[in-house]
Amino acid sequence: MQSKISIKDLDFFYGKEQALFNISLEIPEHEVVAFIGPSGCGKSTFLRTLNRMNDTIPIASVSGQVIIDGKDIYAPGTDVVALRRKVGMVFQKSNPFPKSIFENVAYGIRINGIHSDREDMNRRVEKALRDAALWDEVKDRLTTSAFGLSGGQQQRLCIARALAVQPDVILMDEPASALDPIATQKIEELVVELKKDYTIVIVTHNMQQAARVSDRTAFFMLGKLIEYNPTQKMFTNPDEKLTEDYITGRFG
Amino acid sequence: MEHRIIDQQLDLLRDKILLLGGATEAAVNRAMQALVERDTELAKRVLDEDKVIDQMELEIDQMSIEILALQQPAAHDLRFVISVAKITPILERIADHASSIAEAAIVLNNEPQIKNYVDFPIMAKTAAEMLRSALDAFTSEDSQLSREVIKRDKEIDSSYKRVFNELLEMMIDNPSSTTGAAHLLFVAKHLERIGDYVKDICELNVYLTEAAFIKHSKHS
Repeated sequence: MQSKISIKDLDFFYGKEQALFNISLEIPEHEVVAFIGPSGCGKSTFLRTLNRMNDTIPIASVSGQVIIDGKDIYAPGTDVVALRRKVGMVFQKSNPFPKSIFENVAYGIRINGIHSDREDMNRRVEKALRDAALWDEVKDRLTTSAFGLSGGQQQRLCIARALAVQPDVILMDEPASALDPIATQKIEELVVELKKDYTIVIVTHNMQQAARVSDRTAFFMLGKLIEYNPTQKMFTNPDEKLTEDYITGRFG
Repeated sequence: MEHRIIDQQLDLLRDKILLLGGATEAAVNRAMQALVERDTELAKRVLDEDKVIDQMELEIDQMSIEILALQQPAAHDLRFVISVAKITPILERIADHASSIAEAAIVLNNEPQIKNYVDFPIMAKTAAEMLRSALDAFTSEDSQLSREVIKRDKEIDSSYKRVFNELLEMMIDNPSSTTGAAHLLFVAKHLERIGDYVKDICELNVYLTEAAFIKHSKHS
């Protein structure tokens, strides 16, 4: 397998408190990897180390390596803005800008200077909305406020916004936890569709969601990686008893 | 360990399949007893009780589907439900073979005894022991025992070959015995098939315990 992301001996601290312990993990290109584990296990913290989103927390510190396409993203001189363009993120709660649907997607393209002219911009916005499976629902109302969309549509708009700047990797932090089953299903179908072109890492509390969409699953507990295996193995015959106990609901 | 809603249902499912296993075992034993002891009443009882076994199969099917749909089991829980769902129709088929033996017994009991049934009780005893061990191995999740039972299928196969040849010779030597011998040949075949089915159950036991598929492999 071709690794898109290699994590080596990663420790993470909030001040003096260690939140992640010696995590090593390979994330293959064009696969969906799910992170599961109880609340506070460090899965979201770990997700955020993959595009240095934790940099915004003043007391946070990291040791170890996160190598994406052969480069350690924590090496001195790393362009963090370029990194976050390459490794996009979608959050639990959809957070569109208070702008039109079109502008939400165009914003990233514009500030990164990706487009050549107006026509190119229109083409890029349309492509991002199509890739996020939203185009047909919004093509006639592009200039209306993004807040007029449903929760599921807003979340897909945020995915379109992430796709618009042409990332390689998309990190999703519980992208469907606030959505109804139909909107959730759309997001899940989208995840499976997107892996053709992107590498996707998804944090979820929904075990069935991890089972449905991911190729590999990593189970975290108390800041440690307990098990990382192909998803079908994790859910039929996990190696670790702790994993079995968690996925079968044996501990609260 | 936390108490889970699914535990109660899995326990109930386990009870149900063990009851089915017990009923199937009894059907095989009674059918053979009816044949060897020429007890037509007992043979009829086997036929009557097969309806109960069919009903048990339906209940287990329904319950397995409900657990899969509503509890979405994973890991060992999942393997348990799948194993039960696959073992259940096998037990029902074993019981069908017992019924067929009982039907043959009813026919044969109306005819003069054509052969001393020495080989049949031995074959039947092996089949019954295998079935009991397979059910024990399922309950205790003992894959070692399951593998030992699988090996015993050869004993039944060789008994079957011996019985087959004997009955064939009998038909050639004494054509008037052909009808009875043909019925006995079917009985032997039923016992041989029961051995195969027990083997299938044991393979599922190994899947339950080790998550390994040994069917169609050199280990089976």
